[in-house]
This record gives sequence, structure tokens and C-alpha cells, in this order.
Amino acid sequence: IQSLTKAYAATPTNLKIIDLYVVFAVATALVQVVYMGIVGSFPFNSFLSGVLSCIGTAVLGVCLRIQVNKDNKEFKDLPPERAFADFVLCNLVLHLVIMNFLG
Amino acid sequence: MAEPVANAAAPAPAPGRLRNAFGGVLCAFTLILIGVLAFSIRLFSVIKYESVIHEFDPYFNFRVTQFLSKNGIYEFWNWFDDRTWYPLGRVIGGTVYPGLTLTAGSIWWFVNALNIPLSVETVCVFTAPIFSAIASWATYLLTKEAKGTGAGLMAAAILAMVPSYISRSVAGSYDNEAVAIFALVFTFYLYVKTLNTGSLFYATLNALSYFYMVCSWGGYTFIINLIPMHVLLCIVTGRYSSRLYIAYAPLVILGTLLAALVPVVGFNAVLTSEHFASFLVFIILHVVAFVYYIKGLLTPRLFKMAMTLVITVGLAVCFAVVAILVALVASSPTKGWSGRSLSLLDPTYASKYIPIIASVSEHQPPTWPSYFMDINVLAFLVPAGIISCFLPLSDASSFMVLYLVTAVYFSGVMVRLMLVLAPAACILSGIALSSAFDVLTRSMKFQLSKLFDDGPAISGNGSPNGSSASTVNTSSSKNEKTEKSEAAPKEKQSKKNRRKDKEVTESVSVKPKKEKRLSVLPLEASIVSTLLLIALGGFYVVHCVWAAAEAYSAPSIVLTSRSREGLHVFDDFREAYAWLSHNTDVDDKVASWWDYGYQTTAMANRTVIVDNNTWNNTHIATVGTAMSSPEKAAWEIFDSLDVKYVLVVFGGLVGYPSDDINKFLWMVRIGGGEFPHIKEPDYLRDGQYRVDAQATPTMLNCLMYKLCYYRFVETDGKGFDRVRGYEIGKKHFKLTHFEEVFTTHHWMVRIYKLKPQKNRIRGKLKKLKSQSSKTSSTLAAGRKKNPWQ
Repeated sequence: IQSLTKAYAATPTNLKIIDLYVVFAVATALVQVVYMGIVGSFPFNSFLSGVLSCIGTAVLGVCLRIQVNKDNKEFKDLPPERAFADFVLCNLVLHLVIMNFLG
Repeated sequence: MAEPVANAAAPAPAPGRLRNAFGGVLCAFTLILIGVLAFSIRLFSVIKYESVIHEFDPYFNFRVTQFLSKNGIYEFWNWFDDRTWYPLGRVIGGTVYPGLTLTAGSIWWFVNALNIPLSVETVCVFTAPIFSAIASWATYLLTKEAKGTGAGLMAAAILAMVPSYISRSVAGSYDNEAVAIFALVFTFYLYVKTLNTGSLFYATLNALSYFYMVCSWGGYTFIINLIPMHVLLCIVTGRYSSRLYIAYAPLVILGTLLAALVPVVGFNAVLTSEHFASFLVFIILHVVAFVYYIKGLLTPRLFKMAMTLVITVGLAVCFAVVAILVALVASSPTKGWSGRSLSLLDPTYASKYIPIIASVSEHQPPTWPSYFMDINVLAFLVPAGIISCFLPLSDASSFMVLYLVTAVYFSGVMVRLMLVLAPAACILSGIALSSAFDVLTRSMKFQLSKLFDDGPAISGNGSPNGSSASTVNTSSSKNEKTEKSEAAPKEKQSKKNRRKDKEVTESVSVKPKKEKRLSVLPLEASIVSTLLLIALGGFYVVHCVWAAAEAYSAPSIVLTSRSREGLHVFDDFREAYAWLSHNTDVDDKVASWWDYGYQTTAMANRTVIVDNNTWNNTHIATVGTAMSSPEKAAWEIFDSLDVKYVLVVFGGLVGYPSDDINKFLWMVRIGGGEFPHIKEPDYLRDGQYRVDAQATPTMLNCLMYKLCYYRFVETDGKGFDRVRGYEIGKKHFKLTHFEEVFTTHHWMVRIYKLKPQKNRIRGKLKKLKSQSSKTSSTLAAGRKKNPWQ
């Protein structure tokens, strides 16, 4: 486990920021699930859209990380600006749908 | 005709940008021609009959589109239809797949905004051919992602003509599948493109295209189960890559959200078993991705330690979660699957439990000849395509094979799913034909160049599509023979092999070992094979055109037959609906079997009791019971539903085989499923269904028999039923509770009116029910006796 933390500390800073963002999104999703457990699941569509939006942003964050990571052989010639632009576009669509579904 | 052209059009990377540009233009021109072909082959019914909407379901879609075009989209979302399923009504906004109607509605609005005055009906009739042209372009794109441009053009040309797709998308067949097949192929194309490029942009487009598919057809569950299966296959066969993650994970999240937006699906997107596979694979994918990530971070020894630790903990957690999930799912009676999906997985389910699903003729398993009729030559080319897909096995080609295998299974369960098989078969046949032509033309070029002694220069220009280690079965076996027999060209061949090695390894990634078996056939064999393949294509085209013209272009609403006097047209259905719309009150209710519900509401504009959207089994069983009961009981059932007119379809005079007497046993079965006093053996004599003198008294007394054969004996004196082929049993009888109001010209549709009840009932102590049967707007509040409750 120690070697894991040591190896992880070696990753570059911008990737760590993305990782932090992903962890935050997942934590928010967990908080929402606990809240639903306490309060009950009405209205279900709001709960669903909230949880899925958190998981969605987490997933998109991971995708961004994959595309920006310089160690990743398959994405060597993808400029990070393009990756970020795709990320923003996908997030826009996701949030549009969420807003619609929130009810 | 497109086949040799397509191969010349496949752009060669090395020699000349001019040739590249020429290839691109030729490709585009061929695609336009394919689109025109797809559009025009579907116009037979418009030419032979008229521009009319076919069958039953399209009439409902047409009516919904009319409403949308008249009242706008907000009214459409909130529409509660009270002219069907009386007295229940139907929430149209929440139970219809809006994709088709919204598409046609927007086309109509756009065209009218440009001041081109097309009516809604014209737009509806021609929507399907337009979308089939677009679907063949989508097939081209999909196959190009999997194999290359040549295969793409071939597959597009084949899809434009395949009879199975034509049958559901002729001009006039305004049904969900018309746009859904386009959405299906386009979604698959975007998925494969994302898998190949790993770009998040295409992943977003993929999710949006999936949304369009969910809007259009209930078959979207096929996509949301096939893609997870493919992801699982890639993981299991070790082809995991980060592109797979980008292709799948955003699709699941965005796709589920978008699917939940469509009112028909709603929360089913997360609650039903049909979607569980996607979530399960989502979790598995994350686990695998995480494992790969850790593997990249740690050294191998530490990784092994971590793995053992994680596996033991992880397995325990997994078991717990799976146990909870299974308990949750098993607690619901159908384990979370809908009836239709269950009948797909277990083909005998429907016949045991839900007679309605079993009774629809489209839901029966297909017979062997129907495969040949519907996909013709492709049935032979598909196995060759599968082998060709393995040849270099990429993610995309493994997806094709998986798609084909699942499609074949499902088409074997239900005839109407042959339609899902059609694009898969076309793509694989396109791949097969393209590889075959590759080998043959390369052989011809090689042999011709040898003849003219041009040597190495031309052979290097062999087709760059990369499938040089050919695998078409016949050619490989011939190859062994020719390599043994021809000693002279062997040396030249090995020299050319080495040159080809260099060429190919720098352009396409094919294993160099296979290059040594460069298959070159003798000239005669390749010429003959090419001619034979072209002839095969010719037969296919002839069959498709014949199928489109003769078999699939009949609008069921107008029938024709040839006799000595020429063409005879039976327009009885429209005659009956026109009579209904002109001679009855607007609020009158019409009862018939559910097949005719949509047409009655759309054309006659009257309220019906049950229609083709068979969502309420009990209501249909009520009508079925009424049709199977004797006159008085049937009258009472219909009266309680406020029915004024009863409509039956009878084909005995002209020999129309799909009439109500032939469907009658299903009425008995469905009615008997809900009301146990209707027993099927009562209507059968010795297990056989007959309506002649040997029929059972229950059969001869039931309402359906009486309404169909009332006064039939007056037509020819003997009552000979042309469909059943014998004389009917009970010939002279009178109707006591119904009166005949209209029979069409060929006796095909017969309309009866419920007789009002007598004012005084002799000799029985019943309350007077004088006013209740006159008007048709009274409710059936418990004032009447309900013999079936």
C-alpha cells in the first residue's frame, strides 16, 4: 500500500486535480444516495437526475484524464485543448439533460 | 453494377492524390445512386395503387401526426385520447414512441414553411423511403469503419434492396421501424467510430443518436444490451483499452438519462431488467479500468500482492451485492422483464401465459423459406463475411460478428425481428463480397500482368484494403492446388511477396507471416468467379425487385385480384369506414376486433372499444367474450360498454382469408383467459374448428357466427363459404338483438346496430330499463346485470 501511495505521488499535478474532481463528484453522489435513504425517494426523477449527474461528471472527468495523460500511448497526438473542448461539450449536453429531467 | 466500380473507387493511399480525389467523387456519386435506388424501389405501391397509408398501425401514427400538425407539440405531449379504448381512454403522450411522429411532423412543418404545399398524408407516406435512403448511407459509414470503403459501398447497395427491410418501409408503411432502423445503424456507427478514435465528441453524438433511437422504437433495448455484451467481450478477450472506456461509460450515463426523458420509458430505464446489463457492465468496466491503472502504477510483485488482497475482499462484497440484487429482482412476478422481452428469451412463454402476444402473426417464429425470401443470397454470404471479419480481428469487426449472432438468434424467435437481422446480414455480406472481389481482381491483375510481362510494377498496386491473406474458402483450396501445379511463377511470386511485404506493412497492419501465402488464382478461375459473383448479384437484384413489387407492396386496405375481366379492386374497408363516418353520430361507439381499431378511429373517426395497441388484456377479453357468447349475453356486454354498432369482417363471399371467422379461435382463447366460462373445446368438434353442419351448437349460436353469416344463404342459395371451402351449418336464422345496417359491396365488412331494448318485458319481474338503451352516452353504473362478474 505504501508503494501505491508513493507511485501515485509521482503523477503530474494537473492529473491530480482531475482526480480530486472525480473523487469529489463520487462523494457527492454518495451523499445523495444516503439522503435518499433517509428521506425517501419521492420525487424519483430528481433523485435520479442528481445521482446520475454526479456519476456523469465523474465519468467525464475520468475520460478527460485518460485523454490528457501523457503516458497514454493511444492519445499521443491529441492536443489537450481538443480533449478539454470535448469535455466541455459533453458536460454541456449532460447538464442540459439534467436540467430538463430535474423537474 | 456497383461492385467493380466500388473496387476501383477504394482510394489507394500511395499513388497520386488525383486518383484519391477521383475515388472520392466516384464514391459520393455511387452513394447518391444508392440513395435514389433505395427510394425508388419502395415506390411500387404508390404506382400500383395510390399514395395511401397501409396496414393498421400506420393509421394510428398518421392520426397522431395529424393531431400534432394541427395542434402543436404542447398539446401533443399532453394529449389524452378519449376516442379509443372506451371507456378507459388512452394517454397518448405517455404511451407512444414519439420519434416517428415528431420526425414526420417536423418535415411537414419545414416543407410547408418553405411554401411547398405537401399534405400531412403525403409526408407520412414518403417518410419511410427517404429514411431508408439515409439508412443505407449510415450502413456505408458503419461498414467503412469496420472494413473499408469498398465494403461500405457494397453493404449500402445491398441494404438499399434487401426485401426484409423493404417489407417494413415501403411508401405508405408509416411505422416506427421506418426511422428506427436508420437510428439503429447510425447509433452503431457512432459507437464503432468512438471505439476506433477514442474521441469524446463522437461519444456525445453516440448518446444523442441513442436518444433518437429510444424515441423511435421499443427495439432500443437491443442496443442497450448489445453494446454492453460487446464491451464484456472486449474485456474478456483482452482487448481492453482506454478507448473502450470512453466509448462506453458516457454512453451509459447520458443514455440512461436521455432514455428516462422519453415518457414511454420513464423510470423503466433504471428499474427494469432490460437495462440491468448495461449497469452491470458499467461497474465491471470501472473495476477493470481501475485494475489496469493500478497495474500501471505498481511493480509486478507488489501488484500480485495487491491483487490477492483485493480479490478476496472484492469477491465477498460482490457476492453480497449480487445476492441483494437477485432477491430484489426475484420478488417481482416477472422478475422485472416485460412480457415481450420474456417472450424473446423464452419463446414458449407467450403461448403459455399471454395469448395476445402469441396471437399476433408477426410474433411467430419464422419458417426456413422466409429466411430465403427476406434476405435471399445474403444467407450464403454471411458465413463468408464472418470469416472475413476475423481476418484482422478488430474491435469493430468483432462487434459486427456479435451483432449478427444475436440478431440471428432473435430473428429465429420472432418473424418481425428479421428486420433487425437485415442490416447485420447486409454488412457482413458486403464485407464478404468486397474481400472476394479483392482477391479475384488482384489475381486477374497479376495474371494479366504476367501475360503482358509487365512484372513487378503492377502487382504492387494490388488492392490496398489489406485483406491480402485471403480467406474465402473456395479460393484458399484452389490456392493450394495452383501453388503445387505452377512451378514457373513460383520464383516471381516469392519476389513479389517480399515486395508486397514492404508495401503492406507500411500501410495496413497485417501480420507479415501471412504474406507468404499470397493467394493468386489462375486467370480463368478468377474471371469465371467474378462473372459468377456478378451473376449472383444479378439474381439478388431480380429477387429484390420482384419481392418489392409483388409481395410487399400491398396496402392491406385495398385488395386486388385478377380475373378474366381484368383487375378487380376490393375497396370494401374504406367503403365501410366512409359509411360509418357519414351515417352515424359523432359520439357513437363502434365495437370490433382489435385489428381494426386504429383504422376505424383514423378513417371513420368514431370511438372504438379496443384497438391495436393491445395494452389492456381484460378489455380485449371482454370484447372477445362478447363475440363468443350467444346473442343476448353479447348484447348485454356491448350495452354495458355503450356500444351502438358492431363491425365484423367476413371473407366468405370473395375468399378473403384473414377475416374474423378465421381469427375467431383467438377471440375464444383470449376471452377464455380472463372469463373462465368461455371454454375453447366448446367450439371445436373433435378438436377441429368447423363452421359447417358438424359444428358444435355453441359455435353455431355465438355472435360471431351469426353476424358473419346472417343472410349469407341468400347470395348463392347454398351458403358456400369460399374461404373455408364448405357450406355453412346454420343457414336460415334471424337476429333478435341486432339489426343489420350496412354490408359492403363484396360482403367483406358488415355493420350491425344494437337493437334498443323493448319497453315492456313480458312475464318477468324486472325493473323497467326503458330510457337506458336509447342514448349512447349513459354510463354503465351498476344498474345493469353483469353476467360475467
